[in-house]
Amino acid sequence: MLFGFEWDTSNDLVFAVSILPILLRGMIVTIEATFLGFFVALILGLIFAALKAAPLKIISWPAGLVTEFIRDTPLLIQLFFLYYVLPEYGLVFPAFLTGALALGLQYSAYTAEVYRAGIEAIAKGQHEAARALNFTSLRTFTHVVLPQAVPRIVPAMGNYLVSIMKDVPVLSVVTVLEMLNVAQIVGDRTFNYLVPLSMVGGLYMIMTLVASSGVRWLDQTLPKRGLSLK
Amino acid sequence: MSDTIIKFDQVVKRFGALTVLDHLDFNVQRGEKVTIIGPSGSGKSTVLRILMTLESISEGVVSVDGEPLWHEQKDGKLVKASEAHLRKMRVQLGMVFQQFNLFPHMSVLRNITEGPVKVLGLSKQDARERAEELLEMVGLANQAQKYPHQLSGGQQQRVGIARALAMRPKVMLFDEPTSALDPELVGEVLNVIAALAEEHDLTMLLVTHEMRFAREVSDRVCFFDKGKIKEQGTPEELFTDPKEERTREFLKAVLDG
Ligand SMILES: Nc1ncnc2c1ncn2[C@@H]1O[C@H](COP(=O)(O)OP(=O)(O)O)[C@@H](O)[C@H]1O
Ligand SMILES: [Mg+2]
Repeated sequence: MLFGFEWDTSNDLVFAVSILPILLRGMIVTIEATFLGFFVALILGLIFAALKAAPLKIISWPAGLVTEFIRDTPLLIQLFFLYYVLPEYGLVFPAFLTGALALGLQYSAYTAEVYRAGIEAIAKGQHEAARALNFTSLRTFTHVVLPQAVPRIVPAMGNYLVSIMKDVPVLSVVTVLEMLNVAQIVGDRTFNYLVPLSMVGGLYMIMTLVASSGVRWLDQTLPKRGLSLK
Repeated sequence: MSDTIIKFDQVVKRFGALTVLDHLDFNVQRGEKVTIIGPSGSGKSTVLRILMTLESISEGVVSVDGEPLWHEQKDGKLVKASEAHLRKMRVQLGMVFQQFNLFPHMSVLRNITEGPVKVLGLSKQDARERAEELLEMVGLANQAQKYPHQLSGGQQQRVGIARALAMRPKVMLFDEPTSALDPELVGEVLNVIAALAEEHDLTMLLVTHEMRFAREVSDRVCFFDKGKIKEQGTPEELFTDPKEERTREFLKAVLDG
């Protein structure tokens, strides 16, 4: 697609400027994979956390086993599993979607822990007050526990967002054209790896700094006592 | 006429090897104001927490207004209560906690209206009017939009009382409602409770170390020791002429301290 044309590598600066547009396109793919993966990790992690907290052992135990398995195995295994095994059962997703799902699955095992810690940090008295007022468990969770847990879990979740971003290059092995993959293709074509790889490093640093400051801003903005219910 | 609203019949409560309530028999009449006193660890809170269904029982039967609380009838047998049964029974009771336990992310108004709207199904408007009346009653009119952290401990506890009352319980449970307060804030909370005690129909169970207050508002005082009622009587009887040595020791320690 983008790689049909020749680049002039005689001048590093000219070369850098000429490949910037396609690296930026790769960066957009990286950002998309990051956010989709993060979104999946947030939702799946919440589900895992709820299952693991279930009073019934036949629910909590398998959930614990699955998250343990995910945590103890490399991302690449999850990725290959989804990419090569699922199609055998007729489930064929585009590489990008498969990759984002794998990232989300991997990190859901970690976000589940963050949820658990955040939920357990809610004082016992809050549960008791909710029970005394005859709230259902679901309402207690959604209206009492979760709004108070969210501000506590934002910093840890933010760290995982950045980690996911840094793991996106793994998706290149299943042909996703994220930023590093683009840079490598450029390097293969021009035999100049230094410039594209340095640029990817620089762009990554910018993305990480932006993401981190966004998380810090959110952490400082959210009321410590919980998301206020109007 | 005897009209029993709360009945503990040979109730045992254990935490592992620790027996906290030891075959307790304890009745409260409708509209009665009962104060529970006793040393720390004697099971006072446990009695209230069992009634609020925060703690289950190990043996015996607890009844509220003639119906078993922790059991229900199924195929002619008494079986362990389901969550549905507990939900049905719970509406009869309200609890005020030592640590207030207000919801920190909700305004005062929302703290009070959340239950009536979401559990009792009142309209927002009705719940709001009820909340405003209650806030007026506890001396906190105009504080509806504040958040708990913007209030003093005494004010927070008065919101806690309003929140419990908003559910219109038959029985109000107070577990050391002033123990977490600075001394100068105790009076304002006790005044609200004293005003409530004037209500003829409301049954009140109060755990407190405020002996002078207990004497003023209670119909009956129960002295708990080691998971049993060691002695009980009118405030007059119990405070001026305790029969049991344990009661005398306890009262002496509290009144001197
Ligand atoms: N959840 C629990 N697990 C184990 N022991 C408990 C628990 N709750 C209360 N206890 C114990 O039960 C005893 C009675 O407690 P409580 O009813 O709170 O006493 P009181 O209110 O009279 O001070 C205490 O020894 C306390 O440590
Ligand atoms: Mg207690």
